[in-house]
Amino acid sequence: MSFLNNVITGISLGSIYAIIALGYTMVYGIAKMLNFAHGDVIMVGAYMVFFAAGRFGLPSVVGVLLAVVVCTVLGVVIERLAYKPLRQAPSLAVLITAIGVSYFLQNGAQILWGAATKRFTPVVEGTLELVPGQLGISYVAILSVVCCIAVMAALTLFTTRTRMGKAMRACSEDKAAAQLMGINVDATISSTFAIGSALAAVAGVLMCSAYPVLSPTTGSMPGIRAFTAAVFGGIGSIPGALLGGILLGIIETFAKAYISTDLSDAVVFAVLIVVLLVKPTGLMGRYVPEKV
Amino acid sequence: MKKKLNKNSLNGFINYGIILVVYLVLQFLIGGGMVSNSLQSLLVPACCYVVMAMSLNLTVGILGELSLGHAGFMSLGAFSGIVTSILLQSVLPAVPLRLAVSMAAGALAGGLGGVIVGVPVLRLRGDYLAIVTLAFGQIIKNIIMVLYVGVDGTGLHVALNSDRFILAEDGTTIIKGPMGAVGVTKLASFTAGFVLILITLLVVQNLVNSRAGRAIMALRDNRIAAESVGINVTKYKLMAFVISAALAGAAGALFGLNYSSTVASKFDFNTSILVLVFVVLGGLGSIRGSMIAAALLYVLPELLRSFDIAEYRMLIYAIILILVMLATNNPTLKNFFGSVFKKKKKPASRTSK
Repeated sequence: MSFLNNVITGISLGSIYAIIALGYTMVYGIAKMLNFAHGDVIMVGAYMVFFAAGRFGLPSVVGVLLAVVVCTVLGVVIERLAYKPLRQAPSLAVLITAIGVSYFLQNGAQILWGAATKRFTPVVEGTLELVPGQLGISYVAILSVVCCIAVMAALTLFTTRTRMGKAMRACSEDKAAAQLMGINVDATISSTFAIGSALAAVAGVLMCSAYPVLSPTTGSMPGIRAFTAAVFGGIGSIPGALLGGILLGIIETFAKAYISTDLSDAVVFAVLIVVLLVKPTGLMGRYVPEKV
Repeated sequence: MKKKLNKNSLNGFINYGIILVVYLVLQFLIGGGMVSNSLQSLLVPACCYVVMAMSLNLTVGILGELSLGHAGFMSLGAFSGIVTSILLQSVLPAVPLRLAVSMAAGALAGGLGGVIVGVPVLRLRGDYLAIVTLAFGQIIKNIIMVLYVGVDGTGLHVALNSDRFILAEDGTTIIKGPMGAVGVTKLASFTAGFVLILITLLVVQNLVNSRAGRAIMALRDNRIAAESVGINVTKYKLMAFVISAALAGAAGALFGLNYSSTVASKFDFNTSILVLVFVVLGGLGSIRGSMIAAALLYVLPELLRSFDIAEYRMLIYAIILILVMLATNNPTLKNFFGSVFKKKKKPASRTSK
């Protein structure tokens, strides 16, 4: 029973990682940048729900919608102000700027909302008992998995069927060629950031519902883990992010249960290293040959 | 005929000169009681971060590979330095000698870590390499967090679990899992930091201006071209990476021996990033830039603590960081400065990896 419980916990945690990883992977696929501020957008989303639902007593659905809107706007604003001027700059400059944005969000949150840890009220509560007292699935876990599948399906449809989605794929293949075909590259990148940040808001709500503590640094560690998940599955690939997220969640839960709670991080990252050494582009990443 | 100084060695001498002058001036000011205690306590860590920045510059600026786990090597160095210094307490009573041996042990540990990480990692490219270095940094931190090390009559005891950690009555615990190293005798001094900076400068500058250094930079500029003229990619990459890790280990040992207790979480991802920020703001590949940026940027935020804006300190730091990156990469500003300093500037060749 404890094995099944661990599988369930792993999959639900993995679904949350997968949603965050999707944001990372889409931004990386198009802008070719490691957006280290992504984890902090998650934190902002969680705070929005905390205030809307917890403080002002709005229904959680309104809170989640508010979080999605705020994070989308935040993502687009960050992109416009901090990343867009650096389109032609070396990748390291963009990376440092992303780190600056991450510091900014963390410290801004600390000044606005205080450094103290807050107790987050889950958007849904309760557990579905399968075998009473032994095996149960919390509603948050179900919601996470459902959200993850819905997001995946929607994104797959979006990138294959819509004009904007096709433009995104074109931009990630070759920006210059896409521009020559009449695609507005800047608008495409902005909308990628918007989608990624909206997903971050959803992930933030789910994560804080599953692990109900909230502080200005809540987002940074899940951000790094989800990023690992994105690399694990092959960065730039949408199904890869899903696979990487779920696998990472399961590995982390099993490492905590069967190896050592304290060493779970080491195990997760060791698996990542082994995977990258065997398959340097991640599980579902494409190998792009170098042109000379 | 007078032998003309070559430009590289002239640049090198200027760096030694800067360090020497800063050291002498600071010593003079300390002697005259003109340096506050809080500033004095920053001197040794500042030296450590200067060495960290110079060594990371070797990986990021000279070798051209992004490393996000440099603090991991510092951590290895810090804890092995602490263990060495406690083990040698009775054998080597002389403080400077014990400190030197501990720092050498730290460098050795860092270098070994560099080999272990470098051999598999350097096969990867670009961002994947960055992620794996990040992962190694986390693994090193995580393992030290659960590591118990102690010494008693029968020798050194190491365990990954407090239950399995059995020590005789008279034994000393050196590293106590999540609580880190406790009861460390402070050995570090500003002079030791100064000497370490000089050694680092000597190593890095001589490496950069050697045949090996030119091979490393050739790899950075164009790996395929370098490989095609017979440069051994693995050998030179590993060389730069291991030297960088060993220097970070030595800096870590000095850092660890400057405090009575040290925890592994001190050397986390944020520390790696902090050092990376020093390197990028100082200028990739510029040893002098790293030196100055590390010293200034480490001391400045600490000084801001004393003002009313203490609460906004990190926020201001973040904004400045973003603005500096935007300004230095702005084409209009670049052209403007380019035309002002036309004679001094070399043609900008290093745009992207």
